[in-house]
Amino acid sequence: MDKSKRRAYIINTIAIIALYIIFFVLIQTQTMNKYFIGIAILTCIMIIMAMSLNIVAGFLGQMALGHAGFMAIGAYSSASFSIALFNSGTELPNIVVLILAMAVGGTIAGIFGILIGTPTLRLRGDYLGIVTIGFSEIIRIFFVNFQPTGGAAGLKGITKLVNFNNVYWITIIVIILIFTLGRSKQGRAIISIREDEIASESAGIPTTRYKVLGFSMAAFFAGIGGALYAHYQAFLEPSKFGFMFSIEMFVIVVLGGLGSLTGSIISAIVLTILPEMLRGFAEYRLLVYSLVLIIMMIFRPQGIFGRSEFSLTTAIDALILRKNTKNTVDGGES
Amino acid sequence: MPVLSANNITMQFGGLTAVDKFNLNLEPHELVGLIGPNGAGKTTIFNMLTGVYVPTSGDIILNGQSIIKKSTHDIVSLGASRTFQNIRLFKDLTAVENVKIAYHNFIDYNMIQGMFRTKKFWIEEKKAQEECLKLLDIFDMGEYANTLAKNLPYGQQRKLEIARALASDPKVLMLDEPAAGMNPNETEELMNTIHFIRNKFDITVLLIEHDMKLVMGICERIIVVDYGKTIAEGTPDEIKNNPEVIRAYLGD
Repeated sequence: MDKSKRRAYIINTIAIIALYIIFFVLIQTQTMNKYFIGIAILTCIMIIMAMSLNIVAGFLGQMALGHAGFMAIGAYSSASFSIALFNSGTELPNIVVLILAMAVGGTIAGIFGILIGTPTLRLRGDYLGIVTIGFSEIIRIFFVNFQPTGGAAGLKGITKLVNFNNVYWITIIVIILIFTLGRSKQGRAIISIREDEIASESAGIPTTRYKVLGFSMAAFFAGIGGALYAHYQAFLEPSKFGFMFSIEMFVIVVLGGLGSLTGSIISAIVLTILPEMLRGFAEYRLLVYSLVLIIMMIFRPQGIFGRSEFSLTTAIDALILRKNTKNTVDGGES
Repeated sequence: MPVLSANNITMQFGGLTAVDKFNLNLEPHELVGLIGPNGAGKTTIFNMLTGVYVPTSGDIILNGQSIIKKSTHDIVSLGASRTFQNIRLFKDLTAVENVKIAYHNFIDYNMIQGMFRTKKFWIEEKKAQEECLKLLDIFDMGEYANTLAKNLPYGQQRKLEIARALASDPKVLMLDEPAAGMNPNETEELMNTIHFIRNKFDITVLLIEHDMKLVMGICERIIVVDYGKTIAEGTPDEIKNNPEVIRAYLGD
C-alpha cells in the first residue's frame, strides 16, 4: 500500500465518520423527524440496490431489467427466516438476527441469480432485458399466489429491526465490498467482458463463468437490499416488486453513469429524495421528474459521472490547488 | 515433437468448404508465415486453431493434447494465444490493466480474499502489477502504462495487443495481420519486435500477413493457402519462385 492510497483511505474514513456524526446529531437534536429518517433509510436501501444493479449493467455491460425480482426473493426469504427465528423464541440480539436474515436473503437471491443467469446470459441486449423482466414477473406472481407468505394480501408480522444506525453502516460495508470487488482480479475479468467479450475469451478469461458470477453477485447484494427493506417496512406486498420498480432502479444506474459506482450512489440519493421533495406539487411531481430525466439525457447521455469515479481525495486536491493558484495570482506568498 | 499440429482439418459452412484438409506442424521456436490471397481461408484456420470454430473434421494437437471442442479460454491456458486482425483491446482500460486481464490465471486469490483485501490480495496484486509493467517495458511501453488503450497511437495499440497475448505465457503465439495499417517504419520496427520476442520468450510464432516484405523478411517457413488448400510450403526463396504461388496471386 503506497502513500497516496493510505491518504485516500484516511480521508474517506474521516468523511464516512463525519457524515455519520452529522446524521447522529441531527437525529438526536430532533432536527430530523421520523419522516426524514425514513427517507434516509430508504435512500440507503436504494444505494445498495443501484450499486448492485451496476455490477450487471455497468461492469458486465448487460441490460438486466429484473432487479426487483431478486430484491423480492431476498426480502421474502429473510423475512420468513426472521419470523421463524423469533417464533422459536430466540434470545439473540436484534442486530445478529438482522445479519443472519441478510445472509439468508442474500444467499438465496444469489442462488437464484445463478439459476436464472446460467440460461439467460446467453442472450444479449434487448433480448436479455425482456427475459429478465419475464423472470422477475414470474417471481412476483409466485409471491402473489404463494399463501405461506401471505399471498397478495402481503406478509405481516415482520419485526422491525432496521434503524438509521445499522442501515448506515451496512450500506457503507456494502459500498466498500462492491468497490473492492470491482478492483479485484474477478472485477477486472467482469469488466473485460463488457469491453470486448471475444478478446476477453482470447485472453484466457472463462467468460460464461464470470458472467454468471457477476450476475449472481448482483443478485446477492440485491437480496441484502431486500432483506433491509423487509425489516424496515415490517410489511411486504408483492405488488411493490413490480416491473416499474426494476425500471426505477435501472434509471438510477443510467443517470449516475453505467459503470460508475459513485455515480450510482449520488443518483440514488437524488432520485430518492427528489420525488419526496416534489410531493408538494402533487400531480406535477411526475412531470418534473420526467423533465429532469429528459434534460439529463440531452445534455449528459453518459450519466452524471460516465464511467469515472468521484474521488474525495482528488476533489480536495483540486480545492487546495485552486486556493494556491489564487494566492499566487493575488501575489500572496504562503 | 511439434508444439502445435493440425491433421487434415476441414471447415465447411453449409455447402462451402472454407478450409479443405489443411495440415500444419509447428516445431518449437519456429517462425512460420501463413499467406494467401483474400478469402483463402487463413483467418478460418486461425479460428479453428484457437477454438472459435470447431472443425468439421480433422484433429488439432497442442502440446500433445487434442484441443477439438475445447473452449477458447482453455486453449489459452494450454498455451496458444492470439491477436486479432482488427485490434480488439479493452479500450476503456489502461494499458497495464489490459495486460493484467490476460495475466488473470497467474493471480492466485479467490473472490472473498479480493473483496476483503486480505494480505494475499495485496501480495498477488503487487506481483501482477510488477510483472505486467515488466512486460510493457519489454515493448518500450512503460511510459504508456496508465494511458487508456483507446488513446494510444495505432502502432502502440498493435504492440499492446501482442503484449497482452504474451501475458498468458503461451508456447505458440498466433498473429493475425500484425502489420495491417502500419507504415514501412512501423512495419520494420514490428519485424524486429517479433524476432525479439520469439527469442526472448522462446515461443513459436505463426503469423498471417499480407505485407510480403515482413513475411519474406522474418519467416523461416511459409505456407501458402488458396481456396482452403495448401498450394505450397517452403522457405521464402522457394516460395518466391514457386509457379503455383505466382499463379494464385497474379492469375494465369
